[in-house]
Amino acid sequence: MGALLEVRDVHASPYGAALLRNIDFQLEPGATLGLVGPNGAGKSSLLHCVAGGLPISSGAIALGGTPLENWPQLQRARCLAMQTQHASLNFPFSVEEVVLLGRIPHASGFAADRAILEEVLEATDTAELRERRYTRLSGGERQRVQLARAVAQLWREEDAAGRLLLLDEPSAALDPAHQRMVMNVVARIAASGCAVIIASHDFNLLSAHVDQVLVMREGRQHACGSPREVLTEELFDEIFQVPVRIVAHPVSGRPLVIQQ
Amino acid sequence: MVRQRLMSANASRARLLLTVQLALLPLALIGALSLGSVSLGLGQSIAALFDLESGGQAAAIVQQIRLPRALMAALVGAMLGISGAAMQGIFRNPLADPSLIGVTSGATLGASLVIAFSGQWIEGFSGLTLISFGAFSGGICAVVVVYRLARVETGTSVATMLLAGIAITALAGACGNILELFSSNETLRRISLWRMGGLDGADYPRLGVALLATLACCALLPRFSTALNALLLGESEARYLGIDVERVKGMIILLVALAVGCSVALAGTIAFVGLVVPHIVRMLIGPDHRYLLPASALAGALLLTVADTLARTVIAPTELPVGVVTALLGVPFFVSLLRRRRDYGMG
Repeated sequence: MGALLEVRDVHASPYGAALLRNIDFQLEPGATLGLVGPNGAGKSSLLHCVAGGLPISSGAIALGGTPLENWPQLQRARCLAMQTQHASLNFPFSVEEVVLLGRIPHASGFAADRAILEEVLEATDTAELRERRYTRLSGGERQRVQLARAVAQLWREEDAAGRLLLLDEPSAALDPAHQRMVMNVVARIAASGCAVIIASHDFNLLSAHVDQVLVMREGRQHACGSPREVLTEELFDEIFQVPVRIVAHPVSGRPLVIQQ
Repeated sequence: MVRQRLMSANASRARLLLTVQLALLPLALIGALSLGSVSLGLGQSIAALFDLESGGQAAAIVQQIRLPRALMAALVGAMLGISGAAMQGIFRNPLADPSLIGVTSGATLGASLVIAFSGQWIEGFSGLTLISFGAFSGGICAVVVVYRLARVETGTSVATMLLAGIAITALAGACGNILELFSSNETLRRISLWRMGGLDGADYPRLGVALLATLACCALLPRFSTALNALLLGESEARYLGIDVERVKGMIILLVALAVGCSVALAGTIAFVGLVVPHIVRMLIGPDHRYLLPASALAGALLLTVADTLARTVIAPTELPVGVVTALLGVPFFVSLLRRRRDYGMG
């Protein structure tokens, strides 16, 4: 089986100035990619380009071998979901209703959707919120519900031939237990063959869980490779201008970033 | 413990609400037929409704005056209710109301322009259709302008939306005044006659136009319920859920302008129905548009039928304009919503 997602030399300048330059990577089914970079480096823009919400000016993005722009919108929604950073919902949907919105593109039927709802609520630790109104939730609770909605869109292997989940800072407002929950959900959905891209500032969480890390700086792809290759002390010095120590994690052996 | 239920609590409440509304609407209509400056018994008014031969006074009152008026109130109420709900959906803002954001005044100006420039033949069904079309065009310009101005990344800004509404209302008012300044006496008379016309001008040609517009809105708007649900999450979120956002927005704006334009052309300005009705329905059954749209149409029909019956009977034989009754109900409601706007994430 070929690559699920191929991003080839992508440039994008949707609002005039170039937002993305020379982005080039690919993702196999079930693979996970961490996206890191300073604020404004273009992480969210890249995710929106991959999701088809922002136009690219040159290069190519192919999903399952087909160029992104050739996908009918509904078919694409069956295999590609995104949790955006600024989802806003001002209407008092219940948590269950919000999660079920993720099933809109599918015609999987009421019973299947309810079963998916139960599994997703369980996995994202939102089951006890199910009756609550979304507008009454705290920031972290909302973030978990939005994650549940995005995950519900791709939950089953039979939902689509190749699935891609995009998460834009999914754990930014979460406590440590729920940050761990996010990575468990990612691992679980990746194990079922869904590829995942996660933009985050939590280097240790990414380092411990993703296969590849892509570092962005001012819209350019600075580096892309395994956490061990990419997350180095020089990188932090150069890109983030913070001095760090990198040691091997005592249990997993993966790089552990210690801020000084 | 995994609980399996057939339906969410909101959905079963919604079915109950729809059933109750369907049962209440005929009752409200029969009430509207029997109450008025001449009170008829329930039995008498139903008998008069089907009395096609004798031509008695009761039959004339019921068939020629009260029936068209009651039906007109129900149809206009249904249009205002469903279009209010749909408009709040695409604005992603529970405070969007056609009369507050200037759509109604845009529609009024459009109708006045048609009356002023179309000469003598503005009579009957075709004339009404033309006035409705004028109101529709005026309304659509207003919606598009307000939407463009108020749209921000996370929805629409309440402040900008209301301010744009004030600006458009002022502009439409000024244009209306200029129009009247340059109109002949005859045109002026026709415009003011039309402006005064509320539900009391209801007759069968008007009812025909209202019926067509209501059928169009109530048949087409619910097709976009799922899309509206997705849109509440945000535009890019809806796009990633497979919704053709631009087409959906365009169609809904067309249908909302049609509903508001027709109701303005046929029954004048009736404020706050489009705000109060969807809001009450949302409090009862939640914001799922699959139930919200039909329930708002029925609730609007109920509210306006009852409000018009009140308007005719409270100080009979003098009539209050129905807009006064809906405004008396709506303004306190709107103020309380403004005070609680933080609940809607719009601080």
